[in-house]
Amino acid sequence: MKPFRYSRPDSLDHAGQLTSDADARAIAGGTNLIDLMKLQVETPQQLVDINTLSLGEIADAENGGLSIGALATNTATAAHPRVRSDYPVLARAILAGATQQLRNKATTGGNLCQRTRCYYFTNIDQPCNKREPGSGCGAIDGIARLHAVLGTSPHCIATYPGDMAVAMAALDATVQIIGPAGERSVPVRDFHRLPGDTPEKDNVLEAGEVITAVTLPAPVGGKQLYRKVRERSSYAFALVSVAAVVEMDGGRIARADLAFGGLAHKPWHDPRLSELLVGEEPTAALFDKAADLLLEDAQGYGENDFKIPLARRALAATLAEATGAEL
Amino acid sequence: MEQDKPNRECLLDKTPQATLGKPLSRSEGLAKVTGTAPYAAEYPIADCLEGVLVTAPFARGTIDSIDKDTCLAMEGVVAVIDDERLTSRPAQGTAGEAPVQKPRQIDYFGQPFALVVAETFEQARHAAKHLEFTFTADDLSQVSFDPEGTESERQEETRQGDLAHAMAEAKHAVDARITTAGHASAAMEPHAAIAEWDGSNLTVHASLQMLNYNISEIADSLGMEEDNIRLISRYVGGGFGSKLGISQECLAASLAAMTLEKPVRVVLSRQQVFQNIMRRSETTQRLRLAAGADGALNGFGHEGLVSNLPKESFAEPILQSSQFLYSGENRLLGLDVARVHRMTAGSVRAPGEAVGMPALEVAMDMLAEETGVDPVELRLRNIPDAHPVEGTPFSSHKLAECLKQAADSFGWEAGPRKPRQRREGEWWIGTGMASAARVHNISKAKARVTLKPDGTALVETDMTDIGTGTYTILGQLAGEMLGLPREKVLVELGDTRFPRGSGSGGSWGASSVGSAVYVACQGLRRELASRAGVNEDDVSLKDGRIANGPSLVDLLDGKDLSEEGFYEPGDIDDDFVAAGFGAYFAQVRVNRFTGETRVDRMTGAFGFGRVLNQKTARSQCQGGMVWSIGVALTEALHFDPQDGHLVNCDLAEYHVPVNRDVPELDVIMVEERDPAASPIQAKGIGELGMCGGAAAIANAIYNASGARVMDFPMTPDRVLAAMP
Repeated sequence: MKPFRYSRPDSLDHAGQLTSDADARAIAGGTNLIDLMKLQVETPQQLVDINTLSLGEIADAENGGLSIGALATNTATAAHPRVRSDYPVLARAILAGATQQLRNKATTGGNLCQRTRCYYFTNIDQPCNKREPGSGCGAIDGIARLHAVLGTSPHCIATYPGDMAVAMAALDATVQIIGPAGERSVPVRDFHRLPGDTPEKDNVLEAGEVITAVTLPAPVGGKQLYRKVRERSSYAFALVSVAAVVEMDGGRIARADLAFGGLAHKPWHDPRLSELLVGEEPTAALFDKAADLLLEDAQGYGENDFKIPLARRALAATLAEATGAEL
Repeated sequence: MEQDKPNRECLLDKTPQATLGKPLSRSEGLAKVTGTAPYAAEYPIADCLEGVLVTAPFARGTIDSIDKDTCLAMEGVVAVIDDERLTSRPAQGTAGEAPVQKPRQIDYFGQPFALVVAETFEQARHAAKHLEFTFTADDLSQVSFDPEGTESERQEETRQGDLAHAMAEAKHAVDARITTAGHASAAMEPHAAIAEWDGSNLTVHASLQMLNYNISEIADSLGMEEDNIRLISRYVGGGFGSKLGISQECLAASLAAMTLEKPVRVVLSRQQVFQNIMRRSETTQRLRLAAGADGALNGFGHEGLVSNLPKESFAEPILQSSQFLYSGENRLLGLDVARVHRMTAGSVRAPGEAVGMPALEVAMDMLAEETGVDPVELRLRNIPDAHPVEGTPFSSHKLAECLKQAADSFGWEAGPRKPRQRREGEWWIGTGMASAARVHNISKAKARVTLKPDGTALVETDMTDIGTGTYTILGQLAGEMLGLPREKVLVELGDTRFPRGSGSGGSWGASSVGSAVYVACQGLRRELASRAGVNEDDVSLKDGRIANGPSLVDLLDGKDLSEEGFYEPGDIDDDFVAAGFGAYFAQVRVNRFTGETRVDRMTGAFGFGRVLNQKTARSQCQGGMVWSIGVALTEALHFDPQDGHLVNCDLAEYHVPVNRDVPELDVIMVEERDPAASPIQAKGIGELGMCGGAAAIANAIYNASGARVMDFPMTPDRVLAAMP
């Protein structure tokens, strides 16, 4: 591990000042950052321990929704009575991720900022444009089993690995950020980026900005499901995951907010799916059309070709479960 | 003693103490779960320096020069050890000599070639990333990583009759190509060593399975006498084959301690463990089964391609049990080895049968379907009376009984079977079964048993306990023989100052060292009988006294009474085939949309000779069944096709089964006596639990979903691709 300075800010402003240095990293639960520091994938000069800040609260929000503090642990969020009753998709997604021990440490903000588990990113003997811009991508012609099929670029095919944010994208939650330029809100759906020419940037957070909370909208009701397809039943990243908030009205779909994990560099949300599904009767043919739309630009890289049919099947299964349609 | 004939009259069936076989908990268990049992890296040694290995970022070539200056200038760095003996491979199990050492030559990606030593671990780890060196890497187009398409050599072959003809003429024939992935041992405790040097003597605290061989490996590697080396390995946090032979951490720590004249600790990182330590070879197997209308085999073919580095003699012995498990007049068994530049292939959890048996048992399931014979019945019809080629009798054979008992307990519905008969919501439900077989291994071993004047006993051997219960069973054995309750027997293991045991591996520890303890205790019983003036055969010891006679304390009269027992397998394996047998039954559910498979329940019945401890034996069986789930569903090493490096080198990405993947495991121990296997009539257990179990799951996947997957592990993508 490269030597680093360690500081504890006494205010949000102070935290902003400390993290505005490009070689600084904020640390909360540390479940991802410390691993990466041991591997020298992350080599910050300074660690800013934001656990000193009071950002752990989960409280009712003005919009009738719920504000989840950036330092609320995943365990606390998943167990919160309002999350369980009003936003079950979020509780389910969180509980599908990592292990109990990790969830006890992992936080809302840290989870949003976690980095890809691409094998080439975490191995400093390998080329990786995300870790070292311009060095190339080892995964494109390598073992790309975990990798993206949507929104990739010739520079990077990494996936965003988390589950929590996928549910938040389906719920259309908002990330609250404070920084040198003041406060701003970014929809979770826009928080993570596609790799493009700058895969080193995972999300839209700028230097000196700190996540303070995620705000969930007023309860949306409906049937809320999180389906995570994985190789073993715990402690494995999603091959494909689907977060769904679906409401029926008189045999027709009244709401269908969907987001996908394991497919892209970000939790994948395609607004066209909702447009296609709403107002329709749930049938296998309709689900197929939705999958066609979702996957029309999908591109496999050999090892991960299977994700394309798997995403289609996971989508159909989830919609069937949510709507009661027979497949 | 050297065993040349069966020991049909075993004292252990006559002794009255009744501690042997009892389901006692492991005596060191509390220390382990409370964190007070010191593992190799945890010995508190003053002024210990910390070493971190530097590994090669290429698959084949040479390290041309190492510039230590930058590294030495870094904070806390004490030395860079680049002794040429460091560029060694791990030693194969039971090597007893230096592993392949090629100075400065690199044979696989991630091979260590230097050690950075610093005052603290973090300083060493940081500096290790900054060691400057030059190298010449061979052109990747000239280096083979994939055994398919690489030239191979035939390692072994058994031919009898004409298999091709039998296949052509057979009423029913199965010709199947089945692959299995490479595996890592995946022990929880990483490889670690602390070496101390006093100017002439070397002491190494290490995590090793076979000190009796390891001491020779270290001596040979360093050019030292064994008398000047002491190895200590009291607790081992899992071995699974990866600690049979010494690995680079032992040599690196030793060389550094000898150079710097200070204690040095070297602990491999999780990634280094995966990248350096022995892998199980991937396999490609061809199974050919020719049978008549009734399913009786007339032809049996099992061939396989495995891989290893050049100059390694080990080849994943997938044919071991296939040689004798089923009948079939016309036989062809062959094993080919391709030379590839992945890390050394060696023993990993039941080498051979762990992947050979699942392939065979999938083929048997296909034959059952082809013939319409119930899969259990098909196996029963093909149990040979003796070794199908050599005609040697079996020393004991519990396959039929295990099949029947397990089928009964599981609730197996006999008869012809059709896939896709039961669905619950999204899940197809089905059942499958497979036979278990594992060759019985045994080794020479020594143990010293001392009766103390206070009426307690002390057992000493350099045998290791890799978490399986060796401390406990040796205590039970000595207690049974000497008429002492378990708590009156102290067992000391894992130190080369004690007599040479057998080491733990190949499931041979209990029968080998157990026999040495048995022999030592026989000697003690003779002496006690003579002192008490009783006929040796009439001596009956219980609770510290001779029945109707004096107490041990009186007989010992204030002095130790010590006996060293030596056991050696003689020519008996010329006369008998000894093996453990068993059967597995599994119920799985396969998701019709996603191809995910979950095991609902699993039953295993095993016959492995005498049960020394009901609890530890059961745990061994369950552990093996857990690994069966890993082989079937999740475990696979993935190598980069471009430069040959191992990509999934941690426990997050190398998927061993987690708790939630493991259902209740029903274990039936079909106790028997195998007088030819060992003087104590016991055989190995641990590995038997995973010698075929993966096929029970694979066959259940087929029965549930109709997906006949031919590649292990059966991940969701493969199940989906094979679904009708």
